[in-house]
This record gives sequence, structure tokens and C-alpha cells, in this order.
Amino acid sequence: MQLDQLYQEIILDHYKKPRGRGLREPYEVQVRHVNPTCGDEVDLRVHIEGDKVVDVSYEGMGCSISQASASVLYELVVGRTVTDALSRVDTFTDMVASRGETEPDESVLEDAIAFAGVSKYPARVKCALLSWMAFKDATAQAVATSAVGPRTSAVGPGAEGGDR
Amino acid sequence: MTMVIPSGMPQYADAPRLDVAKIRADFPLLDREVNGHRVVYLDSGNTSQKPRQVLEAVREHYERHNANVARSVHTLGTEATLAYEGARQKVATFIGASSAEEVVFVKNATEAINLVAYAFSNASTDPSADPRFRLGPGDEIVITEMEHHSNIVPWQLLCQRTGATLRWFGITDNGRLDESGVDTLINERTKLVSMVLVSNILGTANATSRIRARCREVGALLMLDASQAVPHRSVDVVGYDCDFLAFTGHKMLAPTGIGVLWGRGELLAAMPPVLGGGSMIETVRMEGSTFLPPPARFEAGTPPIAQAVGLGAAVDYLTGVGMDAIAWHEKELTTYALEALATVPGLRLFGPQVPVGRGGTLSFDLSGVHPHDVGQVLDAEGVQIRVGHHCARPTCVRFGVAAMSRVSLYLYNTTEEIDALIAALGKVREVFD
Repeated sequence: MQLDQLYQEIILDHYKKPRGRGLREPYEVQVRHVNPTCGDEVDLRVHIEGDKVVDVSYEGMGCSISQASASVLYELVVGRTVTDALSRVDTFTDMVASRGETEPDESVLEDAIAFAGVSKYPARVKCALLSWMAFKDATAQAVATSAVGPRTSAVGPGAEGGDR
Repeated sequence: MTMVIPSGMPQYADAPRLDVAKIRADFPLLDREVNGHRVVYLDSGNTSQKPRQVLEAVREHYERHNANVARSVHTLGTEATLAYEGARQKVATFIGASSAEEVVFVKNATEAINLVAYAFSNASTDPSADPRFRLGPGDEIVITEMEHHSNIVPWQLLCQRTGATLRWFGITDNGRLDESGVDTLINERTKLVSMVLVSNILGTANATSRIRARCREVGALLMLDASQAVPHRSVDVVGYDCDFLAFTGHKMLAPTGIGVLWGRGELLAAMPPVLGGGSMIETVRMEGSTFLPPPARFEAGTPPIAQAVGLGAAVDYLTGVGMDAIAWHEKELTTYALEALATVPGLRLFGPQVPVGRGGTLSFDLSGVHPHDVGQVLDAEGVQIRVGHHCARPTCVRFGVAAMSRVSLYLYNTTEEIDALIAALGKVREVFD
């Protein structure tokens, strides 16, 4: 297997210069997801207004794949409708779980197609999906409780929805 | 300058030796390639490779002697039973047990530790049980921060069930066990101390004499997790003077699915059963049952027969090479590896920095590159190491990291393989710098 299939320039670039990193306010839901095999963690917040993903902010530690995929997620979903964002998450999930069988669509996934190589490394699929699953979880919770409105520290200190 | 050792003293040439090329020829897997490179297997602390002699023994058992044990009058059943019990005797001799009846076959070291924990649990709800196994609020169990999760979680669960309190020894900055609190940590309330003999993550080889002496003073039982010790050095249960000892077969050249709980004979005899079923009973009536003496009492159901035979063959193989020769070989390799790793820029080694009081397990951080990434680049060079928290998350937390990269050595490893590791670590820096 060729290592540069996995560690593509785009991935290393996102790893070294992560976009959207750092937890921000306002947000509706914060979740923490953990990869129990390696201890990698991500804390992720979503801010949704109406049907729009206005912000995704995150903090975490992990390998280059898990860190870069959070950065790519941020760029791909912020500004999109919830439905569109979740549909792209599903496309990404299918791609990295495909064992290299699906042809990624750059128009849907943008920089995230760089993770197609991950699908050939089953041990790394969970790394790539960590923040995407966190986003899916947080968004589902935010939509389910959308009547509540955004939280800020001023309103609800330490507010943390999700599976702590 | 050569030092002359006076005659009559042990000479350098007396060091027990092994022929690593001859040993490697016994391990078919070491011949294969991984990602275009001859495999460099540095993950024996995770599981060891298997020599032909073990693979042959398992195959021959299935091809010639396969039958269930301890219940058949026919020839095959007798042969299988003799082979299974023969393996038990080999293990007993290997660890210096006074009798084969002290050797309980289990699935792995995790099951061995859980077996003891659940025996305590069962005794705690039975007023007629031996008081040494009865736990309740106010009683204490002591472990260490250096344990594998398998020697932490069963005791946490046991304490939850019984109301007992779990306490632990810390780790020094050098990766040694901090024994300074031994006299207060182990006290009259302590029922059991369970500790690792050789750390699976730091490589530290723990001294047990102070802890054992304190256990004897207060009447606590002592259990040793010897999973990373028995494969690598001569371990004698009488010498350690412990009460229970757990280890697993697959880290010592045997198949997966077979492990050992050794227990002092009179203690095993006083322990209530854990798993109920066939092979462990004396008489079953609908109103209640009586149980066989150990080890059968703790081996309900059809055991891993061929795996036990494989473990017996592994013990024969290790004995043939010589445990002192294996320990010496690993000590030389560890010395070489410690010096080589020290030359790698940005590498931080966790655990003892000297090849004394440690085994051949070396965990490190490489200038902030995540261990998964280190492991991935090494794999592309054919070098197989373990990365992650090594089922010892509290130890990682103690040293302020989420994960480590770990090299673990065994009798078939060579200095050339350590050179390959160092070269591959250079590639990691090329990718991530």
C-alpha cells in the first residue's frame, strides 16, 4: 500500500493548519465522542439557525487523520442546510467505509475526497469518522430540541448536551 | 581494555546464549513481507508469533488425537485427556508450582483475574464462605496505577458490587512503582493486593518483596499479573511467594484462547466456583450440587484442548531454548534499543531509561506526532509496532499523553530489526515535519 494515498497533501495541510478549530459560542449542543481503541477525543459544538448550520466548532486531540477530518468537516458543512450537511456526512461515511470500492464525487465532498485513501486502511476508518459522527449526533440532538434556542455561557454556563 | 574476571567467578562467556538465526528459522511468519519489506515484528507484547513446533503440535492433536477430555472411555478420549493434563503438568513445572492441580486453564489472563474477582464476589454473598474471600464496606483492595485495564476493571466492578474500596500505588517520574506508601496503602483492612510483575506499557519489572512482606504482615492475599513476565524470564511461584499468578498463552508462543491461573493449592480449594456447568461438578441433584476440587472446579464446560496442547508445546520450546538465554538476549537487545532510540531527535522514552529492572518493552512519543501516524508510517516500512493507550490508560494519563508508540521485543528479534525501526522513525519525520 502506498502511504501517500493515505497521507495526501490535502490531509497534511488540514492537519497542520486546521480550519475552524476551537470551541465557539453560541451553540445549541455540545458532544464529546471518543475512539476507545486509541483514546482520541473530540468535543464538538453545533450552532443551527432555522434549517441552516451556522457554525461547527471543535476541540480535540488525535492523529492526523482524525484532526484533519474535523477541519474538512467544518469547511464542508458550515453554511449548508441541515439536510444537505447530513446527506454529505452520509456520503463521506459510505466512502470511507467502502474499502476503496466507491468512486468519490468531488462536487459533493470537496476536500473530503482526500479521505478516499483511508477506506483502504480499515484500522483508520474510525479516526476519519470521529468528528463526523460527533457532528451527526450533535445535529440530531439540536434538531430534536430546536424549540430551545441557542445556548451561550451567559445563559447556560457549562451547558453540554450529548453523551458525556 | 579487557577486565579480567578472577577464575572461579562467572565469566562473560558463561552468559546463556541463544542462536537467533536458528530460532527465526522456526517462525514461518518472520519470512513474509509486509508492504514490500521483510516484516519486522516488534509487537510481541501484544501477541507473539508461533514456532512450527507449536503449530505442528496443534495440527497433530486435531489430526490424530482429537476427542473431548475427562469424560470418555474410548482411546481417543483417553489420549486427548492425557495430552490436556500433560500440558497442565508442563505448565506447572515451568512456573515451579508444587502440583499440577494448582494450574487452572482459562481463556486468557483477563479471565484468570476475573475468575479470582468473581470468586471473591461469590464468597461475599455466602456467609459460610472462607473469610479471606469475603468483602464488604471497609475492606480494601490494592492495585497500582501501572496496571493493564484487565487488572483494574475487574477490581473496580468487584468493589462496586461489595462496597469495598479500591486503592492504588502511584508511579514515579522514572516509571518505577512508588512504594513509599506501602505501610499505609496496605493495612489491616486490605484483603488483596493485585499487581503487575512487568508493565505492558513501561516495561518496568517490579520488585515484589516489600509489598509481599507487608501483605504477609496484615494477612492480605497477593496476586501477580505475570502476562509480560512468564514469556520472557524464569518465573517461579515459590520464589515469588505469591498467592495467585495470571498469564496468557498467546504471548508465549502458544495459540490464543488458553491462559493460566495459578493459585496456592489450599486457597483454590477454599474458593467458591465461578462458572457452573459440566466438568466442574461432583454430584448434581435438582435441589443443589457439589463440586470437584480444583482445578476442575474452575473449568466448567469443554476447555480449549488443542490450545492447551499448543501451550504445552510452547513451554517445551521455551524450555529448550532456555529462559535465562531468552532473558539475556532480550536484555542485550533492550540495551541496544535504548541507545538507538536515544539518538532519534525529539523522541521521549517513557519508563526506565536503563536496561536494569525492566523488560524489552519500550514506549515513546515522537515529537508530538500522534502514535497512530507513527504506527502507520512504520507499517509502510514493514515495521509492526503497537500504538494507542495499550489498555493502560491511567499510565498514559500519568505521563500526560493520550497514547504512546510501543516496541516490544522477544527471543526472535535482532539488532538489525532495531536498526530498521530507527530508519523507519526517520521516515515518520519526513512525512510530518
